[in-house]
Amino acid sequence: MIKTDILIIGAGPTGLFAVFEAGLLQLRCHLIDALAQPGGQCSEIYPKKPIYDIPGFPEVLAGDLVKNLMQQIAPFQPGFTLGERAETIEEQEDGTFIVTTNKGTRHQAPVVAIAGGLGSFEPRKPLLKDLPKFEDKGVAYMIKDPEVYRDKKVVIAGGGDSALDWTIFLADVASEVTLVHRRNEFRGALDSVKKVQELKDQGKVRLITPSEVVGLTGQDHLDGVVINRTSDPESDIHLETDHFIPLFGLSPKLGPIADWGLEIEKNAIKVDNTLDYQTNIPGIYAIGDVNTYPGKLKLILCGFHEATLMVQSAYQRIHPDKRYVMKYTTVGGINGFDGSKKEAPKAVVKSID
Amino acid sequence: MSDIKIKITDREGVQHEVDAPTDMNMNLMELVRSYELAPEGTIGVCGGMAMCASCQCYVDSAHELPERSDDEEAMLAEAFYVKPNSRLGCQIHLEPSLEGLEVTLAPES
Repeated sequence: MIKTDILIIGAGPTGLFAVFEAGLLQLRCHLIDALAQPGGQCSEIYPKKPIYDIPGFPEVLAGDLVKNLMQQIAPFQPGFTLGERAETIEEQEDGTFIVTTNKGTRHQAPVVAIAGGLGSFEPRKPLLKDLPKFEDKGVAYMIKDPEVYRDKKVVIAGGGDSALDWTIFLADVASEVTLVHRRNEFRGALDSVKKVQELKDQGKVRLITPSEVVGLTGQDHLDGVVINRTSDPESDIHLETDHFIPLFGLSPKLGPIADWGLEIEKNAIKVDNTLDYQTNIPGIYAIGDVNTYPGKLKLILCGFHEATLMVQSAYQRIHPDKRYVMKYTTVGGINGFDGSKKEAPKAVVKSID
Repeated sequence: MSDIKIKITDREGVQHEVDAPTDMNMNLMELVRSYELAPEGTIGVCGGMAMCASCQCYVDSAHELPERSDDEEAMLAEAFYVKPNSRLGCQIHLEPSLEGLEVTLAPES
């Protein structure tokens, strides 16, 4: 069981900044995120896009913002459970909560802050008949263990970075890799596109473009895919394969959080914006894009503000008997849990003779 | 007056005729959201960067629209339910020449 003061669900910019504000109050945080890396949408969808409305940053790339936040919160040693989705929450008799992920990891905390953005990212599944039937029987939407594909025949579909990256990686693992995409152009990083071109020229991977996988074959396990070529739509190709991996990106879904007994409106969690962004369940807060209240704006800068107020309220809940007034970082500095200390340099007092 | 009329058929098949401002630097996806013709969280997920296809729509009228950018083309190549008249709403800037435009929102995916 992982125990912490504030359990944050969602490691996007809002969740990350909450760690900083909590750290100033000597509260420890642990974050859960369905993605394999912190940063939420900033890392997953638009790391290379510039953001212009972060106060004090005339321009910052989304990926750099995440990097900066990770650096800013490092002294407060946040814990991470990545690649797992928060599935259930149980309130205990002592008022704490136990949150369990889809992989069974259990976390306990007196305060839960949902900073889940638009939800957890789920793979987008192509519209193919029998697709669900072959899930885990030859069809997978993400690659967990590449060894599964050793010396097997693999068909990958998609035109983005993950399709290219896995084509490159599996070229050395699988016995045969075929990449199917609806266009000749690929959207991934230039290096990856070049590498796939090389592998194709060397005959290590096969590209079938512009084309689309339109059918699946097999009895209990997938044994082939049907590919329709744009240039010759009348004659489908039947390609034998052991595995089919459609990689069409991820789309966020509110998911299990919707069943936690929280008041939901417009796919978002209703909170008290006059005070502390608490939900209808005391001890559970919702901050950032995942919440809603009159006048709500889904902006990173609003998430930062919400995280700051939430943490003050969480402190009161965790230490009902303690008195506290907010202290400026210019005054108090940063005292990391790792023993690090940052503070304003002392003014030099020197007389003039 | 800088409003134009646009007909939008929502995902339930209901047609709405709405007033669309052309002086607010708005796009079709934002218009749909401002009239709440699709539930929040199911449209405009990426905010309008042509990176999610949640605002895909079919253009039903014969209006001449600006050509698809590379970004839009690439995103549509990875989207589902794509037809020849598919566009990303976030890439369609509202301007006077779109008076009378008719679109249908693509299913959620």
